[in-house]
This record gives sequence, structure tokens and C-alpha cells, in this order.
Amino acid sequence: MKKPLISCKNLFIGYENITVLEDISFDIQRGDYLCIVGENGAGKSTLIKCLAGLKKPMSGSIEFADSISRRDIGYLPQQTAIQRDFPASVREVVLSGCLNNSRFIPFYTSADKAKAEAHMKELGIEQLANHSYSELSGGQQQRVLLARALCSSNKVLILDEPVTGLDPLVTSDIYSIIGNINQKHRITIIMVSHDVDMAVKWSNKILHVKHTVQFFGKTTDYSKSTLGKSFMGRG
Amino acid sequence: MLEMLSYPFIQRALIVGTLVSLCSALLGVNLVLKRYSMIGDGLSHVAFSAMAVATVMNWAPLTMAIPVVVAASFLLLRLSGNSKIKGDSAIALVSTGALAIGIFIISMRSGINTDINNYMFGSVLAISKSDVALSVILSLTVLVLYVLFYNKIFAVTFDESFARATGIRVEFYNMLIAVLTAVTIVLGMRMIGALLISSLIIFPAMSSMRLFKCFRNVVICSAAISVVCFFSGVALSYEYSAPTGASVVIINIAVFAVFCLVDYLRGKFTAKDASKSIIKHN
Repeated sequence: MKKPLISCKNLFIGYENITVLEDISFDIQRGDYLCIVGENGAGKSTLIKCLAGLKKPMSGSIEFADSISRRDIGYLPQQTAIQRDFPASVREVVLSGCLNNSRFIPFYTSADKAKAEAHMKELGIEQLANHSYSELSGGQQQRVLLARALCSSNKVLILDEPVTGLDPLVTSDIYSIIGNINQKHRITIIMVSHDVDMAVKWSNKILHVKHTVQFFGKTTDYSKSTLGKSFMGRG
Repeated sequence: MLEMLSYPFIQRALIVGTLVSLCSALLGVNLVLKRYSMIGDGLSHVAFSAMAVATVMNWAPLTMAIPVVVAASFLLLRLSGNSKIKGDSAIALVSTGALAIGIFIISMRSGINTDINNYMFGSVLAISKSDVALSVILSLTVLVLYVLFYNKIFAVTFDESFARATGIRVEFYNMLIAVLTAVTIVLGMRMIGALLISSLIIFPAMSSMRLFKCFRNVVICSAAISVVCFFSGVALSYEYSAPTGASVVIINIAVFAVFCLVDYLRGKFTAKDASKSIIKHN
């Protein structure tokens, strides 16, 4: 077996004195499309925050392969209330994804701008570049945030429930875009998902958490397992 | 009207006021969007106390107030980040607490005099010759730092989690915004007044957000509104012998009302076009 891209070993994660997740261990290989599923409040988002470096685990380790570092991770967080009426154009939002590469240069370079244009084109939002982000539909906003995440990394994307509140048609649209990114650019995807059917349809690996790891393995095995069947049948 | 420009104290006020208006307008956009509008108000109360105490003790007010207010801005950010005391109550705690301490010390030494009164409501006469150099240097520093870190400040304001995940030092930039705000408030409050200075932060940003939906345009428009309102305000105060601070704020209210009206009318006339274009893009 190849050396994993990201390796989580015996992670204990919690807030203050309450442990939310216990003894979480799993490996992510390059090119994986991993979906993290589980009940509401099972700690999915908390786990992904640790992977994105926003939260420190109480114990255990997250190891990266030599080929990547923390900064090669693109992150698509849940939307915040601030963004709903934030005056920002699509181009401004997408460009802000380039900042990690230019830590000491205060302004965007022409390479940054070209990269932002290319990603906007790829996600079909180039005609919206000068539109206001807050006036877009939910699906369009997610495309913008995806373009921004792609600007910040071409190796690993971490997505925190990117389809919350979107209608089924737009949801499957976003999943297929993410699937495309994964296959075409060999970008590793780690995603928290509410929609277990979509997760099973697109991912190649599933991590099911509920306080501890309930299942980790290939998606095909998950859909055959009792846990997978009962969790999918529920919705 | 133009003869007012020949008075040295008005010249000084215009120089310092223009720079402070620019600083407060730029920072204001970020503070309003981060839901930190009241930080300006809280810090101005702290600044009032610091200056009042300095006056009573015969210390230099500006050099005394800046470090105190910067420290208070650190404290406010710390408290806001703490889940046990929510942001708005943290600001209320610090501002009223500082005000109380200030008033207590003043009353023990001298009581409310003209200087103290001026700190409350602002006076165009407050800028002395020796203050001009320090004010110009500090406000230019604020402007340069804002422009240099503009993109990162945008990223941190728009999406803190994303910024943190991509390796931007979010705490550093939040601190930077707080320190720059603290300096701006101290510089501006003697002219505008402790009770009114936060309007200089909030009004231009709120006005320009009525009309512009792109961050850069909002920032530029807000800076322009702020400077124009400041000049008109000084002229108004000269004409009617009214306090500068109140006059500037009154002009700001008028601009805000006009921008709201324009926004409303525009919404009425373009509602149909907008819905068409959104359908097209979907």
C-alpha cells in the first residue's frame, strides 16, 4: 500500500472537557474522494476543522505526506451570517483564495489574476465575475467558494457540507462538479455530507462517525454493510 | 465662507480631519461588516477617560491616550473572542467602566472644565500646533498599513475560517484592525467628540453600502463620502458657529438619507431587470 497523503492516528477531539470524537484513525490516499457521514451532531464538522487546521485535537496526530503541507489544503467552510449581506464581487472573493501563496506580496500578481479567471471559467461563473456575491443564488455562491478553494490549493480540498439548503437539482450539480475536480485534476477531496445517497454515488471512500469510527473503507463495501444500508434507507 | 481657510486653527483642523476621516472611513467598512460597529463607541469612551485623566494630571493627552486605547482594543478583542462574555456586552463593560473611572478621577481633582467638555462634544480648536505633526504621521501610518494589507484584511473580514485555513494569521489582522481603529479614534475624537466619533466610522460605510456591492468600490466611496462630509461639516459649523463634530455628523445623516433614497428608487426601477438576469444565469 502507498504511503498515505494524510494520516490521522488516534485523534481525540472535543470542546473544553467534553470529548466529541474518540480514537479516530484513518488514512487518505492521493486522489481519494472521501465523504464523512453521520448523524447531526456526530462531530463531522469538528473533525474536518481539525483537518483544516482550525482546531487542535486533544490528543493524537494528523500527519501529512512530504509532498504536501498544511498550506496545500483548500477549504470550503460553511457559510456565515456575515457573508449574506457582504458587499463583495465574485472576482474579489475568488481572488482572495490566492493569498496564501503570496504571503509577502501585498497585492495580487497577474499570475494570481489569471488563475482566478481560469477557475471561474472552469466552474462556469466567469460571466458573474463583476456581480455581487451576496446577490447570487445558493448554487452559484457555492461555485464561487469552490473556485476560491481551488485558487488556494491544487492538491487537497476540504469541504464542510457544501450543499446545505440547496435544492436537489443544484445539489447533484455541485456533486458532479466536485466529482469532476477530483477526477480531472486528481485533487483529493475530503467532504462532510448530509446527503448519504449522493455521498455513496460519488465518493470512493466513506468515513461514518458517531463518537467513534463506525465505518471506514471503500464506498462499495459501505453500501453493502448493515450500517450503510440502514443509514441510507433512513432518508 | 472662504475666509475661514485663512485661520490657522481651521487649516490645522482640515489637515488632521481629512486624514482622520479617510482612516475612519476605510476601517469603518471592515468594522461594520465584522459587526464591530460599537467598538468605535467603546474605545472613544476609554479615550475620553484617558485624555481627561491626562488633562487633570497635566500630562500630554495624545501620547497618554493612544497606548491606553490600544490596550483597551486588545482587551475588547480578547473579550469578544471569549464565549463567556459576548461581544456587545464586552464593549459595554469596558466603555462604561472606563468612563466611570475617568469621571471619578476628574471630579476628585478639578471637576468638569472646558477641556473635558471639549473631549465630550469635540472642538475645532482642540488641535494644537504640536498635535498636527503627530496626528499626520500616525494617520498616514494607518492609511499606508491599510493599503498594504488591504487584500488580507478583506479575506479576514469576509471569511475568517477560510483565511485561517489558508495560513493567514487571522489574529494578527484582527489585532491590526483594532490597533488602527484605536489610533484613529484618539486622533479624531478631540475634534469630533467622544460621543460622536463612532458615527465617523459607521455612517460613510453604511451610506456607500446602499449603492455599491463590490468591496473595493464600497471602500473608495466611503472614503470619498467621509472627506466630503468632513469639509461640508466644517463649513456648516463655521457658518452657524456650531460644534464641528455635530455638524459633520449632520451632513453624514443627510448623505445617508440620500443614498437610501437612491437605493430604494433604483430597486424599484430595476427589480424587473434583476430578476430576469438571475433567471438567465441559472
